[in-house]
Amino acid sequence: MNHWPIVPLLLPLTGGMINLLLTGRHPRAQRAVSLVCTAGLLVASLYLLGLVYSGDFFVYRLGDWAAPFGIVLVLDRLSALLLFTTSVLALLTLLYALAGDDRRGHNFHIFFPLQLLGINGAFLTGDLFNLFVFFEILLIASYCLALHGGGPARIRAGLHYVVLNLTGSALFLLAIGTLYGLTGTLNMADLAIRVAASAPEQAPLFRASALLLLVVFGLKAALLPLHFWLPGLYSSAVASVAALFAITTKVGLYAILRIFTLMFNDQGPVSEAASTVLPALGLMTVVAGGFGVLGAQRLRLLIAYLVVISVGTLLAGMGQLNVKGIGAALYYLPHTTWVTGGLFLLADLIAHQRGPHDDGFTRGPPPAQPARLGLLFFLGAVAAAGLPPLSGFIGKVLLLRSVALTEAVWLWGVVLLAGLTALIALTRAGSHIFWRTEGEAVAGTAAGMTRLAPTALLLVLSVVLTVFAAPVSRFTEAAALQLLTPERYIAAVLARGERP
Amino acid sequence: MEALASLTVAVVVACGVYLVLRARTFPVAMGLALLSYAVNLFLFFTGRLVSGAPPLLGNSPSASADPLPQALVLTAIVIGFGMTAFVVILALRARGELGNDHVDGKGEQP
Repeated sequence: MNHWPIVPLLLPLTGGMINLLLTGRHPRAQRAVSLVCTAGLLVASLYLLGLVYSGDFFVYRLGDWAAPFGIVLVLDRLSALLLFTTSVLALLTLLYALAGDDRRGHNFHIFFPLQLLGINGAFLTGDLFNLFVFFEILLIASYCLALHGGGPARIRAGLHYVVLNLTGSALFLLAIGTLYGLTGTLNMADLAIRVAASAPEQAPLFRASALLLLVVFGLKAALLPLHFWLPGLYSSAVASVAALFAITTKVGLYAILRIFTLMFNDQGPVSEAASTVLPALGLMTVVAGGFGVLGAQRLRLLIAYLVVISVGTLLAGMGQLNVKGIGAALYYLPHTTWVTGGLFLLADLIAHQRGPHDDGFTRGPPPAQPARLGLLFFLGAVAAAGLPPLSGFIGKVLLLRSVALTEAVWLWGVVLLAGLTALIALTRAGSHIFWRTEGEAVAGTAAGMTRLAPTALLLVLSVVLTVFAAPVSRFTEAAALQLLTPERYIAAVLARGERP
Repeated sequence: MEALASLTVAVVVACGVYLVLRARTFPVAMGLALLSYAVNLFLFFTGRLVSGAPPLLGNSPSASADPLPQALVLTAIVIGFGMTAFVVILALRARGELGNDHVDGKGEQP
């Protein structure tokens, strides 16, 4: 048995525990531990990406209990891709945080690794109840990180977030309980078999639990009626935390994609309608995000609504449940995660340099480094709005090509219009901040390389994704193909024999 | 027995949902606690209602209770307890920082 799949869990868990012991006494050692474990995570996820490149599944049986009796971790192309996306974002946001953000509260270095533990665990686990546990780890760490720095705005947004997610957890457990009561198993591969073989009279109960799961994951992902917590939370959080949160919405999307390709796919009793409902939900989310982007009066709020748009766009692709749609969405996913993360960091730099005007669209002093920040803003805006030549454009082209024009006027119309509204809003934001200025720049606010470099790197990754668009999109299409042949996943998880 | 059990869960969920929708943080915290109780009961019942049987497989499989829901409910209780404690502390903190105990932090409108 290959032990590598558990490394992305052990590294942050150990790091978080060591930092807990070091609290209050050794702040520099805490920074070193966080840095080492996040950098280690990047190396490990690169190695895992290499492992799954050929298309094999790596199943890690905890305690060597065979599935479906024990808990398994399953590494496939999708989870390796998401692990890699997470670890790149995490390393760069951590570097940014080390420039000072981490000192704005006491416990940053405890919860940062634990947040990564929750995210990585959710991507890796092959057990539904274990998914719940990792969601809770992710959430409790995110509650604490969202409140990092304190202040009324964070407390208010944090309270909404916590109450909503506790209610969501209750629904998650109800769905898990229903599924367990119906099938007697919680292993996702085993569940897939039993759902497919279930009696027709059980179908309504399976539908109910599938929809409950959709509600729960939709809440995490911020889909249309459940997205109201996101703008307040993301726009009030400390920059490096907000940038890290760019990946947590994708955990919800990952879970939707996993259950609707594996357990509730079109062969089952549930979801002949999934491939029409999911894209529609995605497109409505895009519309809601588009209105938010146009109405936002602050840069951070604008970027938070860009996250909503990106979630909707991703679901519009994934929800089609075909190779091209999922492949396009998976190409778009790292792009949008890194770029929105970079934009949150950039918004923090801009807000700091504008003094009391913060990130509002008001006539204020010019930033102290107008050329550097302006260039980065231009790069980020082009990438986020999906203009050529950067990867946002390629992702959207792949997405639009995944449906025939006759079938999906809606998808083309909504996605292109959302791109236009994002472009208008970002143009307005840029001209307010960089051109419609008055007075002198606030002295002593210029950012050093410790803050500029991580921001620039996150945004430049969009260029990297553009240069390597062909191999990346080949990989994501292969990942989509792997997702749409769940028989191989099931066979790999439930394989017997093969003792180490 | 089954009817009574499901009725219990239903009533507790209804009370929990009602309280969660209130405007002040104390009823909301109570509602979340009630919801988690209801969910724990529900999880426990998913192993079917068996009385007087150990959660161990003996010679006759019919005379045993399903142990897995018991393990699940234990996990759910621990997590629910921790989260409820967190939300209570957060509500107190919000009371201090925002100056009132309304969930939206705005207080009574004059």
